[in-house]
Amino acid sequence: MKKTISLLLCLALVLSISVALAGCGGKTRTLNVYNWGEYISDGSEGSLNTIKAFEKWYQETYGEKVRVNYTTFASNEDMYAKLSSGAVSYDLVIPSDYMIARMASEGMLLPLNFDNIPNYQYIDDSFRGLYYDPQNLYTVPYTYGVTGIIYDANVVDEADVGGWELMWNEKYAGQIVQFNNPRDAFSTAQYKLGIDVNSTDHADWDRALEELKAQKPLVKSYVMDEIYNMMESGEAAIGAYYAGDYFTMVDAQSDDVDLQFYYPERTNYFVDAMCIPSCCQDQELAEIFINYMLSEEPAVANAAFIYYASPNSLVYENEEYLDELGEETVEILYRFTDVFGERLNEFAFRNLDAETLSYITSLWETLKIG
Amino acid sequence: MSRKNTLHAQKGLIQRLVLAPYSVWALLFIIVPLTFVAYYAFTDNNDQFTMRNILRFFNETSSVVKNGETREVRRYLLIFGRSLKLAVISTVICLVAGYPFAYMLARAPARTQSILITIIMIPMWMNFLIRTYAWMTILQDKGVILNFLRTLGLRVDNFHIIGTETAVVIGMVYDYFPYMILPIYSVMAKMDLKLIEAAHDLGCSGAGVLRRVIWPLSLPGVISGINMVLVPSISTFYISQKLGNGMFYLIGDAIEQQYVANDLHFAAAIAFILMVVLLVCMALMQRAANRRAFA
Amino acid sequence: MKPVSKVYTALILIFLFAPIIILLVFSFNASKSLSVFSGFSLHWYEELFRDHQTLGAVRNTLILAVSAALISTAMGTAAAVGIYRLRNRYLRVALDTATNIPMINPDIITGISLMLMFVYVGRLFGAATSLNFVTMLIAHVTFCLPYVILQVLPKLQQMDKALPEAAMDLGCTPLRAFFKVEVPEILPGILTGMIMAFTLSLDDFVISYFTAGNGFETLPIRIYDMTKKTVTPKMYALATIIFFVILALLLVSNLMDSETSQDVKDARTKKKERKKAKA
Repeated sequence: MKKTISLLLCLALVLSISVALAGCGGKTRTLNVYNWGEYISDGSEGSLNTIKAFEKWYQETYGEKVRVNYTTFASNEDMYAKLSSGAVSYDLVIPSDYMIARMASEGMLLPLNFDNIPNYQYIDDSFRGLYYDPQNLYTVPYTYGVTGIIYDANVVDEADVGGWELMWNEKYAGQIVQFNNPRDAFSTAQYKLGIDVNSTDHADWDRALEELKAQKPLVKSYVMDEIYNMMESGEAAIGAYYAGDYFTMVDAQSDDVDLQFYYPERTNYFVDAMCIPSCCQDQELAEIFINYMLSEEPAVANAAFIYYASPNSLVYENEEYLDELGEETVEILYRFTDVFGERLNEFAFRNLDAETLSYITSLWETLKIG
Repeated sequence: MSRKNTLHAQKGLIQRLVLAPYSVWALLFIIVPLTFVAYYAFTDNNDQFTMRNILRFFNETSSVVKNGETREVRRYLLIFGRSLKLAVISTVICLVAGYPFAYMLARAPARTQSILITIIMIPMWMNFLIRTYAWMTILQDKGVILNFLRTLGLRVDNFHIIGTETAVVIGMVYDYFPYMILPIYSVMAKMDLKLIEAAHDLGCSGAGVLRRVIWPLSLPGVISGINMVLVPSISTFYISQKLGNGMFYLIGDAIEQQYVANDLHFAAAIAFILMVVLLVCMALMQRAANRRAFA
Repeated sequence: MKPVSKVYTALILIFLFAPIIILLVFSFNASKSLSVFSGFSLHWYEELFRDHQTLGAVRNTLILAVSAALISTAMGTAAAVGIYRLRNRYLRVALDTATNIPMINPDIITGISLMLMFVYVGRLFGAATSLNFVTMLIAHVTFCLPYVILQVLPKLQQMDKALPEAAMDLGCTPLRAFFKVEVPEILPGILTGMIMAFTLSLDDFVISYFTAGNGFETLPIRIYDMTKKTVTPKMYALATIIFFVILALLLVSNLMDSETSQDVKDARTKKKERKKAKA
């Protein structure tokens, strides 16, 4: 038996090496892309496989082969840790606003050559020169959205719905889930108390910690992706997450669960944007890729796959896409900008100094061990 | 030169040749990286020597409310204590449940042995993260176990498994159980049956044989089993996140959190202290076992 | 087996395979949920085969595990042979200690320590990237090596020392004696070591997490990175396929094994019969 297994191992090696070698023939340009997990239309459910489509489009347009090395990260901080150590080199990354500001301030981003990105014209004006990139040098926005509260209408009283208070409501002890990352979790308390989420005053963060400590006995679980299963199956009845993800949960909810969504008066606003890190090996190719991502077919496919709002007019004016989403979805994904208006920028996360960040980490640990 | 001398020289050459790659490898990729951990643990961002990171581990406090009282606790010592507790519980369970199994395995017919060993290893070929996910489906409040109890008509609405220490321990035991069985089994399989028979013949009872003959002979396997379960379970960070509902913050979580927060020096300091503690523990255990074996 | 031990074995097997059964069942779920079963469907298997990213990660994981297993087996076996013959006490203690370190160190420390070193060396040489397939392979070989050595060394110690001596007395060169006499004796240890190395490498997440670099994504890392969105039954479908492939392999090799042992038996009985006939 062992001999058979070992033989198979050897065979597998020979095969895999030959497959790997077969892929190497001919001159190819390589593009290293670093993105969130599950954050690009990948061909599942009959959608467009963006990476394959780009490779094909590039060959048809330039008569040259290109290979996209696509890798994913789990959080902004994970991505930053890898990139800042100098251990890896990527040509294109898609982080969130506050992390972009941090990278820009540390000289980790290259200014874009917008001549190579003509499709940038389709980006809505309100997404230019935002707080994370005031001079509009480094970024092309990819998606945006807000955090909201998802609840099970079969469990939660309509009268209790409205603000962040729902996540502190003792009636629902043991049915509330909270974010399992410091920045998002603290922000829920800060919005509730009306504290600036970008404060550098330790006292402000201490107050938020007290609020989270008070919430802890009511919390069932600190979650990231676990929230999907918990809300879908009715394990939990109240939780905060990113707006578009609510629809993914509704699609899979169990029969006795009726998930609903609302945004509280203040809430987190985020923009994830494409940018080129300073370790980039082929800036021109990265810009070609950005430009491709802004063209209609891939942009619509990505927006439909990710289920977040898109700042690209080719997407939000696309009738087919809007029909597919339906009125209610469009309302939640896009119309919040009318409700919040200018205040959105003030709700967004900004880059904080290292000292404050390390203080937040220690408060987070205090919350977790309490 | 005589033939014997040539042979001797050839032997010496082969000797050096076979050992050389591993010696170089061990030096470069086992010893040197550890000096990097030590280096990072004792330096700051400007490469200056500092004890700050190490002291921070022992001194940093948090105020924690317990039974209505607010107390200052040394944060990392508390985290370390909890990790140790859960890891020890898991190790003991693995040992108690695995030891008889390993014994049975070693006494089974050769074919049964190889089949059972493979069966034990099959789950390890499926991904560790996926297996942990599957445990969530089993243990959660509307999961397989509690739903089953509900269909039996039991009232279990105030009973939880996921998010408790039990769930974390189940996850650890599940993932590291094979690591306990395999070393014990391989020692037992080599055990001389005649010794056991002789002990029986000399009037030893079943329990006596176990205590005086089998247990001492199997000690080396037990020790390496304990090592192989304790070490990964003390440092895990995925199991506690998924099965502990994010409520259990263990030493592995602390290291990962510091890595993600980009404080490599403090992450290295925690790792360094953990490493020293484990090395001392294992050395002590090894010594105790040696003494016992020769007594 | 006694009834008690039967029940006990059954309990352990149920415990070990409970999550596998869950994987199996939910891989056929019609909806996206991992906890609510809403009907049978092969949908996720279709999805899996359309997902090039995941299939690529599977391929990477296999390439890594196979190479790590083969390299660590070759080097580990040589090392075990060397350590076994080593007469220098200090060198032996040093090598034994080095071998034990990766086993006593939690994988998180092995991962971080290697990452720190690779990054430092990368900076020293001004390389654009210091983590890639090779560094990941080095990391995997490093933590697999001790397991191989600890499987092979005992087999050498059990071997009759007179065997290779006799072979050499009969005119074999040491090299020939090694391959003709020693290797067959320690082969079971080498194979077990190789399978262990393969299994460990396949299952590793933590060390890969810290040493993963550009464009070489393995399955565990891909799954871990799904934490903002969600893990779908697609991954369960993948696990189910792996399970059945292994099961098939085991069945086939078991059949082959029993055939060979049958052959051996036949040969023996024939020999006996011949002897009898002669007598």
